[in-house]
Amino acid sequence: MDVLDLARWQFGITTVYHFLMVPLTIGLAVLVAGMQTAWVRTGKQKYFAMTKFWGKLMMVNFAMGVVTGIVQEFQFGMSWSNYSKFVGDAFGAPLAMEGLVAFFVESTFLGLWIFGWDRLPKRVHLACAWAFSLATIGSAYFILAANSWMQHPVGVSLVDGKPRLNSIWALLTNNTALAAVPHTVAGCFAVGGAFLVGIAVWHLSRRKENTDVWRASLKLGGWVSMVAFAVLAITGDIQGKLMFQQQPMKMAASEALCHTEQPASFSVFAYGDVARPDCENVKSITVPALLSFLAHNDFSSEVKGVNDLVGEYQAKYGTNYPVDPALGELSGKPIDYVPNLPVTYWGFRLMIGLGALSTVAAAAVLWLTRKGRMPASKWFRWGALAGIAMPFLGNSAGWIFTEMGRQPFVVVPNPTGVDGVWMFTARGVSGLTVGEVLTSLILLTVTYGALAVLEFFLIRRYARAGVSGVLPPGSADKQSDALAFAY
Amino acid sequence: MDLAMVWFVIIVFFWLGYLFLEGFDFGVGILLPVLGRDETERRVMVNTIGPVWDGNEVWLIVAVGATFAAFPGWYATLLSSAFLPLLAVLLGLIGRGVAFEYRGKVDSVRWRRNWDRVIVAGSLLPALGVGLLLSWNVLGLPIDASGNRVGSPFAALQWETLLGALAIVGYSVVHGAVFIALKTVGEIRVRARTLALRIGPWALAPLLGLLLVVQLRSGSSWTWVSLLVVVAAAGLALMRLTGSHEGQAFALLAVTIVGAVVTLFGALYPNVLPSTVDPAFSLTITDTASNPYTLQVMTWVGGIGAPAVLVYQGWTYWVFRKRIGTTHIPPVHVP
Repeated sequence: MDVLDLARWQFGITTVYHFLMVPLTIGLAVLVAGMQTAWVRTGKQKYFAMTKFWGKLMMVNFAMGVVTGIVQEFQFGMSWSNYSKFVGDAFGAPLAMEGLVAFFVESTFLGLWIFGWDRLPKRVHLACAWAFSLATIGSAYFILAANSWMQHPVGVSLVDGKPRLNSIWALLTNNTALAAVPHTVAGCFAVGGAFLVGIAVWHLSRRKENTDVWRASLKLGGWVSMVAFAVLAITGDIQGKLMFQQQPMKMAASEALCHTEQPASFSVFAYGDVARPDCENVKSITVPALLSFLAHNDFSSEVKGVNDLVGEYQAKYGTNYPVDPALGELSGKPIDYVPNLPVTYWGFRLMIGLGALSTVAAAAVLWLTRKGRMPASKWFRWGALAGIAMPFLGNSAGWIFTEMGRQPFVVVPNPTGVDGVWMFTARGVSGLTVGEVLTSLILLTVTYGALAVLEFFLIRRYARAGVSGVLPPGSADKQSDALAFAY
Repeated sequence: MDLAMVWFVIIVFFWLGYLFLEGFDFGVGILLPVLGRDETERRVMVNTIGPVWDGNEVWLIVAVGATFAAFPGWYATLLSSAFLPLLAVLLGLIGRGVAFEYRGKVDSVRWRRNWDRVIVAGSLLPALGVGLLLSWNVLGLPIDASGNRVGSPFAALQWETLLGALAIVGYSVVHGAVFIALKTVGEIRVRARTLALRIGPWALAPLLGLLLVVQLRSGSSWTWVSLLVVVAAAGLALMRLTGSHEGQAFALLAVTIVGAVVTLFGALYPNVLPSTVDPAFSLTITDTASNPYTLQVMTWVGGIGAPAVLVYQGWTYWVFRKRIGTTHIPPVHVP
């Protein structure tokens, strides 16, 4: 493997991993702020217990999101310095804004929230929870604006061969970002909702303790999951339609659609090897004309296939990489414009399938537990618990699809934008030694792996212990001057 | 003053905030087994920075992020050239952040002892790495005309840069000890003050050494002034500490780091990253700056964002202003 492959693996591993922590943090943060609001307004003990319990799990997870996020901020410069030099003028701005506006608020107000229970007036303390949780969404917005610029570069002109920002407004209101933000944030709530449902069901079906806490959590989680899925479906459709215009190759690859079709059918499931570019060995279950509708809102429209698009890309961006030692093994080689089809095809299906499945599951759980019922089956308990994994995996599948689907570009050419504002992934990597990148890939992966085990262990332990794990039973005999919370 | 210059100053300001704030965080972490004689004392130490360490760390992210936006070439060249030291910084910060949050989550001596080790290593490594990075940045890296590093990953390792690594560790240790003395009551307060006094002159020596090297290599006449400020403030800080004026000593250590950062970046100016291969390859403020429009946008964001940060982070320190001691540590309650 060369530096390019290693750097790509590192970016993929660290980013997918980071985005396991982030959705849980965002989803839980807002829900916990909501629970605390309910407690402050009604004074009911069950809301207090919910705030404490889910807040504790959020904190166990939050630390991991923060530390894996630092790697992201540095990684562009460390491993992708040529990318950073090329795009810095435009891409650096939303990234710096994320730090200045969102990270500072997040970190400071979370500290105030965790340690401030007895130091701040109730409402000020609640405001800290909201400041923190809204800042997590703010940070999602800025980083998605940065990512969307790579998917669809806007707001720039080309000066001396480099994109130069000329409208921050255009960058921040990129239609790609405006669709990606609600879609991604809804993905976070899908995670939060499933998390609440899974753990609440587990408690309800085992013991008859704090039933009110678990019932309320279950209901909240179930409804959040369903609303989140509705938002995911609507915004996903908008995103899809945008992508058919902005990155037709990605969308053709999402279908493993080899030849242009009119009208185009949507492939539900395929047998055989979708990686074969001629499609001859692939049989698939299809819904006629659905793809045309998904692409253009018109059941009879034409959708271009991979094989036809390759020609267009070659005409516009060349057939071979230039001969340049900086390109390493790829120097002078033909450019492969087709993304990894099995990844894009199955990634797309996993994303949609897992999303749909988890909302069906949420609806089923709400129905089965209506009016105080609780199925006694062990399967029900374990199923709900296992269901927590679905939106996590769905999010990962979606990201892997969308990022692998834009290869071989790191900055994808915008069909209606400025000519020349695009970059091959191979061009972006730093001039490092294999030894350096391999060291960092191994050390980060091992560290992340170990931390995943620890986080899982702690989440399981605290989730299992339930309310009594976070609320000391005899708080009356507390020492008078002891802190309400201490590490 | 043009906007590129403004952003150079803003980035210096973020580094200043970072070294000042995370300086004591690192010190508290490194001194954990030295000053914390038992579990309760170690918890006192961790809790002095508990509510604030995360916010302090963001200063680094913003210093680096602002460099990306305002001087992409500087960001890209520095970070890719100093790849391995930065990896050490990242691994340290990852471990330390998780350690603070996780060490008290399980009631087991072994669990806590292991996390304590992570806190020590996770404070020491980033302090060394950041010191190395800054001194590399100021003394120069072997970069060619296109901003790529020439030679092996450690081509730029010299005794001066090792001095730089020790400089930040040394400063952090003294700063951390004074911070503990300022934020605690009881035996640990006395112990921290005694330690700061005993090791102070030795621990601050590498910083003075680094500044002197930098000053002699590339300083201007006015950076002699900031260097003198460092010497005076550091000396005064230790003197005030003998009289138990911890607050004043802490403030004087703040002046020390202000002087140090001003000297370092003052000597760097008008470069942002000198090349040791050929001065003509050095990256300068003008060459690497983003276009004026980007800088203008960032100035609006920074102009509103940065003062707001000072206000609400200042408020946090006010909320948690009380000293804590062993009597404030609640009993362990974990599942």
